[in-house]
Amino acid sequence: MPKLAALLAGIVFGAGLVVSGMTDPIKVQAFLTLNSEWDVSLIFVMGSALITASAGYALCNSRSAPLFASAFHAPGATHIDRPLIAGALLFGTGWAFSGYCPGPAIVGAFTLDARALIFLAAYLCGVLLYELGNRPVNAGHQHQTTVDG
Amino acid sequence: MLPDLSQTVFANATLGSAVVGGCLIGLAASWLFLSIGRIAGISGIAARALRERGQSMGWPLMFVLGLGLGGWLATLIAGGNTLENSVTATNSLQAVSQQIGSEHWPWLIAGGLLVGYGTRLGSGCTSGHGVCGIARLSRRSIVATCTFVGTGIAVATLIDGLGF
Repeated sequence: MPKLAALLAGIVFGAGLVVSGMTDPIKVQAFLTLNSEWDVSLIFVMGSALITASAGYALCNSRSAPLFASAFHAPGATHIDRPLIAGALLFGTGWAFSGYCPGPAIVGAFTLDARALIFLAAYLCGVLLYELGNRPVNAGHQHQTTVDG
Repeated sequence: MLPDLSQTVFANATLGSAVVGGCLIGLAASWLFLSIGRIAGISGIAARALRERGQSMGWPLMFVLGLGLGGWLATLIAGGNTLENSVTATNSLQAVSQQIGSEHWPWLIAGGLLVGYGTRLGSGCTSGHGVCGIARLSRRSIVATCTFVGTGIAVATLIDGLGF
């Protein structure tokens, strides 16, 4: 059941990305580029997603556990550290270069969009580079990282 | 006289589909939390899916497959623009290069590397920080989102201004 629930969440999320137009990197870059062609759509996508998710999370507040799992896994970290800022700076730069963030790139790869396939191949290399550089010294211990999402 | 917003700020916007799509995204994030108590952060989930080696398919991989399936279905139903930009497995790299313009390759590759490394280092992307994190009023996510949106706007506008 948890796997089916995750599959369903993925399906709705992927459909939302396509409907919103965010799987088109040119449309995303049209938001990031402040010129006469500026496209405000992305703010409305994020805004409506944010409001809906806030309502959903508020609904979960009254529950002690999710429907198909034993506990909620909400990230607890609150400190603003250098990796958070440095990572966001690198991500923002790459987002501007390509017009892609991870979600739309995965959807685009499934619809065989050539741009998404090229981006995703490089993306996976970037993830791998991070994993290699941050491999735990003691292999016997599970590496703990801060995960927000 | 107030300027006509539909002719200025909203001239290039597709507000209806933006709001419908955004609500679907928020609904999916809510469902993932309600059903299995997980945050719908795609970069984090993708990294988890990659770490699943040889085990039975876990929820992260199912989510990623769903993402592709939902996107593919929506594109199909919309009578989408996949054909225009799509390649088949038999297409050569040269054909792909011609389709998307060879000048775009370096940007896509550099962008992919930066987004891959950056989202791991910064513990999240547009979905995990921008939607779920801010919805949970996480300080880290609010700071991260302001940083990557601000950087994205600055860099894209600079590139445009320099005429690349």
